Amino acid sequence: MKRQYQPVIGLEVHAELETASKMFCGCAVVDSTMAEPNRHVCPVCLGMPGMLPTINAKAIEYGTRVALALNCEVQPFNVFARKNYFYPDLPKGYQISQYEYPLALHGWLDVETSAGTQRIRIRRVHLEEDTGKLTHVDGGYAGGYAGENASLVDLNRAGVPLLEIVSEPDIHSVEVLKAFAEQLHAILRYLKVNSGDMEKGVIRFESNVSVRPIGSDVLNPRTEIKNLNSFRALTRGTEYEIARQSAIYDQAGTVRQQTMGWNEMRQQTFAQRSKENAHDYRYFPEPDLPPVQIDPAWVTEIRAQLPELPAVKQDRYQQLGLSAYDAGVLVAEPETAHYFDQALSALASTRVSAKSVANWLTGQVFALLNASGQNLANLKVTPAQLVELIGLVEGGTININSGRDVLKKMFETGESAQAIVARDGLAQVSDSSLIARTIDQLIADNPNELQNYLAGKESLAQWFFGQVMKQLKGQANPQVIKAELTAALELRKKHAQDS
Amino acid sequence: MMSNTSLIQLSLSQASQALRQGETSSVALTEAVLSQISQADGRLQAFLHVSAEQALAQATSADQARQAGGTHHPLLGIPLAIKDILCLQGMPATAGSRILQGYRPVYDATAVTRLRQAGAVFVGKTNTDEFAMGSSTENSAYQVTRNPHDLERVPGGSSGGSAVAVAAHMAFGALGTDTGGSVRQPASLCGVVGFKPSYGRVSRWGVIAFASSLDQVGPIGRTVDDVALLFSTIAGHDPLDSTTAPNPVPDFTHGVSALPDLTGVRVGVPRQYFIEGIQPEVEAAVRRAIEHMRALGATLVDVDLPHTEYALPTYYIIAPAEASANLARYDGVRFGSRQAETDLWALYEQSRGLGFGAEVKRRIMLGTYTLSAGYYDAYYLKAQQVRTLIKRDFEQAFQQVDVMACPTAPTTAFKLGSKTNDPLQMYLEDIFTLPASLAGVPAISLPCETDSQGLPIGLQLIGSAFGEARLLPIAKTFELTYQN
Ligand SMILES: [Zn+2]
Repeated sequence: MKRQYQPVIGLEVHAELETASKMFCGCAVVDSTMAEPNRHVCPVCLGMPGMLPTINAKAIEYGTRVALALNCEVQPFNVFARKNYFYPDLPKGYQISQYEYPLALHGWLDVETSAGTQRIRIRRVHLEEDTGKLTHVDGGYAGGYAGENASLVDLNRAGVPLLEIVSEPDIHSVEVLKAFAEQLHAILRYLKVNSGDMEKGVIRFESNVSVRPIGSDVLNPRTEIKNLNSFRALTRGTEYEIARQSAIYDQAGTVRQQTMGWNEMRQQTFAQRSKENAHDYRYFPEPDLPPVQIDPAWVTEIRAQLPELPAVKQDRYQQLGLSAYDAGVLVAEPETAHYFDQALSALASTRVSAKSVANWLTGQVFALLNASGQNLANLKVTPAQLVELIGLVEGGTININSGRDVLKKMFETGESAQAIVARDGLAQVSDSSLIARTIDQLIADNPNELQNYLAGKESLAQWFFGQVMKQLKGQANPQVIKAELTAALELRKKHAQDS
Repeated sequence: MMSNTSLIQLSLSQASQALRQGETSSVALTEAVLSQISQADGRLQAFLHVSAEQALAQATSADQARQAGGTHHPLLGIPLAIKDILCLQGMPATAGSRILQGYRPVYDATAVTRLRQAGAVFVGKTNTDEFAMGSSTENSAYQVTRNPHDLERVPGGSSGGSAVAVAAHMAFGALGTDTGGSVRQPASLCGVVGFKPSYGRVSRWGVIAFASSLDQVGPIGRTVDDVALLFSTIAGHDPLDSTTAPNPVPDFTHGVSALPDLTGVRVGVPRQYFIEGIQPEVEAAVRRAIEHMRALGATLVDVDLPHTEYALPTYYIIAPAEASANLARYDGVRFGSRQAETDLWALYEQSRGLGFGAEVKRRIMLGTYTLSAGYYDAYYLKAQQVRTLIKRDFEQAFQQVDVMACPTAPTTAFKLGSKTNDPLQMYLEDIFTLPASLAGVPAISLPCETDSQGLPIGLQLIGSAFGEARLLPIAKTFELTYQN
């Protein structure tokens, strides 16, 4: 019989910080998947002789924001260290990182899971510089090496600030791992330090995995899976590793502590380096950079400037009467939440509810955006305009169908709902005497339908309703039609009984 | 007009004055040193690169600037030599190493920029031990530089080329770098003045790194005024080097004011610097120099620097450790010489294997070892702790004294090849210069006497951290009053 195992998982996240310039030089941080190779480099990030790093204070600020959002203790004394190894994407032959004295320690993040809230501890957050990128081309490339296999080095990314976030091994399911990773992703985006664009490699995951029999608290040898560059790779890779290790224990084998790679094509992990062959990075304090003193008063300032974080927002939206699902949809994208928040602040003078705004935003507005391939950033309808439109619908000035049409026009032109309603004469007919006269005329013009109705074909009431609405060009207030029509028909029914 | 021969005899400050008074021109000075280089450097081999054309062009514009009137920096139009460890845009930078053959930096070192802004003329790049690792300049991959006082002897090192350029009148002043004595010791062996400022005084931007926490650019000249002028020009905070200090730099651009005498000056005599193994003539000469200071009114104080004996091992752990990382960038991938392109590890091993000389490899291996897992605490960390103790020795001593006086080197210039097979003997050359480097304090080597073979002996005066304003006037007073 197969035993049941509990996975023990720790997550490492490498997030590029989207500062204007690199970590230790003045080069621009650019989208390295788009930029022409080796155009955003200088003698410093190329590791040329005699060049020295200078710390980008903005990167420390961005890192501090993340550390605070993860409830970490920002350390007053920071030391950069050299991590030594040879690779062509590492121009200096060492990466400037932090080792003994990182930016922040001892944080935590609460993650919502199907089993309730779970707290994942954050071990450390530290700053370092990214490496360049290698592209292997078989048979040469346009620039040369015809017929040969070559490795092309692009150092645009070399020196981009990188934040490493390391969790404690507090994660015991792939579900929690995914929720944790997603929440970290959202936080990075909310803090405006990272685009969250996973396809561009601006966030990379590594998961440390071991398994043990359920109920046991031993720590078995773990493997570290590198290069997990999407949520899917993270979950698949981790699941694969859990299954692989469990199978080994099922057969009374032993798991070797080693570094694994993730083969996206085969959806398998593969061994890269064993512990015995592990790199000795020979860390030592970077002598070119004095220790960084971080003033607690400055940290307090940064803390005060932190935006509302996704978890808090989610809570607040639910308090406003939104379902957890709807709130989740709004919170998922910082831009959506920002739009929604602006709409909320336009609600004050209206009787429009937060829930209506959420429904219109995630329903009609999203549908229009999707259909046109646009996003909120270039949406012409301002949050206040959307609220005004909803107010017109809910206040009865226009009906829901007109409302949808008006939104479409607003979406195209950026005009206000009021202006469109006035110009197109869309204001709803709520004049009950006009509606009553229309009904009387209609009944008089359709004696057969009336007879059938009176004979018991009640569904004809619906037909009359449609005819009235049609006569009034679809702009009549359906509630008023309904009331007047019911009264008119009841009256005829009574007359028929009386006579 | 003065003849070439008389022009090159001028000190830097005298040449500057001659220019100011219209007695000569920058072109004449430059032509004079270029002519001296072509006559003497075939024997001396001080220069790795001479840029006659560029130098004359600079000299011409300096003369034009002077004719245009106004006030000028005293270095305007002065021909200087630069150690080939500092980057200078438009000239090769080899660091004395095969691995940088053909490399031309696209940037100036900050020290060079500041000289350039002052209007100095650069005649060329001088020879050095490979990556400044050595005490005789014999570790250069390119040539052996000879001591002008005896061609069979070393000039000291690693800034041997710069010391010889100044001693043999091939430049009016020069920049060297001093990591453990590399400015002071060759100055001592060549009979010129060599000054290592406090760590953090001069930017290391554009200085090809050997050991980052020790490397310091230092001037070499024929007088205290000359090195002080160069020091004041190149020193000062540089935003490109985070380890430079914000402290204001004393202004010696118009010379150092000598003291009337040394009354009230407390001169420390560290007992650990007069040890077994020191060449007797050196000890005797330095003791006479110290006596001279007493005669000028100085109070001599016996000082104790108890951790001196650990300076050498401490240095030979810290410097190679930093060097092992600093030299990792020479991998054949982006610049310099590359071997074997087919396989990455072959490329690394062969480029580095053929590109580096024996001493550099020795230190890379030493440094790699002491930083390795399991050894770091016992070596690197321990060495840093001892370094703190050495620093403290100096801090305590400077509570009692203004300067300390001791020999610069334990010997006068030794025979070429006599220590190349014995690295430890070679390392001992720096035994009196290493502690000031580890402590980061300023120190100057002044010629005092010559030994029985006519070889120069250097007196080292050590100041407190950032105490250049106290140290240099005392040095100048000694220089002016001491005749041997
Ligand atoms: Zn750069």
